[in-house]
Amino acid sequence: MIVSVASGKGGTGKTLVATSLALSLSGDHKVQLLDCDVEEPNDHVFLRPEISGSEAVSMLVPRVDEARCTYCGKCAQVCAYNAIAVLGKHVLTFSELCHGCGACSYLCPEQAITEESRQIGVVEWGHSGSLGFVQGKLAVGEAMAPPVIRKVKGYGEKDGVVIIDVPPGTSCPVVEAVKGSHLCLLVTEPTPFGLNDLALAVETVRELDIPCAIVLNRAGVGDSKVEQYCGEQNIPILLTIPLDTEIARLYSRGVTLVEGMPLWKPRFLQLLAGIMDIVDEGTRSTKR
Amino acid sequence: MKELVVLSGKGGTGKTSIVGSLAALAHKKVLADCDVDAADLHLLLSPSERQRHEFWSGQVAYVDADKCNECGLCQELCRFKAIKDFRVDPVSCEGCGFCSQVCPTEAISMQENMAGYWYISDTRYGPLVHARLGIAQENSGKLVALVRQQARRIAQDGDFDYIISDGPPGIGCPVISSLSGANLALLVTEPSLSGMHDLDRVLGVCRHFGVPASVCINKYDLNEENTRQIESQCLSQGIELVGRVPFDNVVTESIVQGVPVVEYSDGSVTREIQAIWRRLSVMLANGRSE
Repeated sequence: MIVSVASGKGGTGKTLVATSLALSLSGDHKVQLLDCDVEEPNDHVFLRPEISGSEAVSMLVPRVDEARCTYCGKCAQVCAYNAIAVLGKHVLTFSELCHGCGACSYLCPEQAITEESRQIGVVEWGHSGSLGFVQGKLAVGEAMAPPVIRKVKGYGEKDGVVIIDVPPGTSCPVVEAVKGSHLCLLVTEPTPFGLNDLALAVETVRELDIPCAIVLNRAGVGDSKVEQYCGEQNIPILLTIPLDTEIARLYSRGVTLVEGMPLWKPRFLQLLAGIMDIVDEGTRSTKR
Repeated sequence: MKELVVLSGKGGTGKTSIVGSLAALAHKKVLADCDVDAADLHLLLSPSERQRHEFWSGQVAYVDADKCNECGLCQELCRFKAIKDFRVDPVSCEGCGFCSQVCPTEAISMQENMAGYWYISDTRYGPLVHARLGIAQENSGKLVALVRQQARRIAQDGDFDYIISDGPPGIGCPVISSLSGANLALLVTEPSLSGMHDLDRVLGVCRHFGVPASVCINKYDLNEENTRQIESQCLSQGIELVGRVPFDNVVTESIVQGVPVVEYSDGSVTREIQAIWRRLSVMLANGRSE
């Protein structure tokens, strides 16, 4: 079962929920945590995993053999991203704009374009106790997170529980990370910012046809409009975490909630039970 | 005219609350919300929409089933695994057009994609350029570039002194698009290990693109030891620390009221943000001009 943890708004507690959920289950279940927030991966700060291996993430970008090139301009014409240009007797490539689709090299009539790999990030894996761990890191200065996310997800186990920590927002990196989940947990806070971005995140997961449920963090600040919204939209709130400066202090020191306050462990196990009910219900209704 | 962009790496450190307050403090400025896929600044500035424009960007492949002979070449060549059973998954399609170029029966066309909206609005603090990227859309970087371009045009035409942009979290495409060519970045961080880790990475992006950075520590009293560590790191790297804001629930209360915190409270949070703006305006005045 794959459970993604997303939020829309940043800083609502995705990492807190993902790490504590993973640790709570890891005693009795086979669990793996994939940190797909590759721009700012933070799960390792809390889990301090032993890293046992890594692999570079590369994209294929064009390399033009000017000895073969006739400057016909076909490559520039087919590139949708303006990543290759032919100016007189020069071919310029802009590898940071390239999406690596391969059209230019395949369609070059002179076979003058080969593809070479350019590193944009790295994937690392290891474990923290019995918890399996994989994270991706986009290199500083690189723009494209989705290929790194795809690579991290490629290391996901086929059995057991896989928990995915998703980047904030609602655009392509989020879609890439959430795609294929059985359920998406949306972590939010009861403020107008939290609600605004939650509604966007709900639209995104609905577009992907993935069921969602809510974790309400910092309950007690702000107002009650998030609860009202969840009621109207018929989205279950599976866990409520109160505003508590002790929780914030633990977080600031890089201590997970279930390690700092073990009384939270049964609540995270209950959260899993709630998730499984929704996923099972979905499976039954599809089979019917 | 000087452009200040507010970033953080980690989300939820208080970028939008700070930008909302700077909007109330700075004179003659244009505001830009560059967090196009989870924009919140409008919730503090109560904009009235003056212009709404469609954002057309990129293309999506479409297979005409009547022309398709199911040869499978498109599926084999697509690097984004966006074609399955001779149908395109528009969410996975990156619009490269490779499939339509190679299809032997010319069954695949590329269709223009309406990817969101951008707006020019009036607020009581000045003009605001903002946007809403469509759900599950790509090209947020392009939409950010468009928002900034419009903000610059308004600032130049109207003889404004500043552009103040609320940036997205992270370090990828929309952050790079918000940052490149700005005069100064304000990095809002918090004294948590993850906030510090993310600050490091976004500082790296500022260096990479040659934009001077300044740092503000929000909720500094949540962990004073970490705060001291951030301060000494800034000092050793020659990065100006423009202020530290205490944790105070008035910030959340002001968000619930939908007003910048400097207009909601006259306590220590407000005094500190006022001091931050004084330091930033000196830095902006001393830096290179457009």
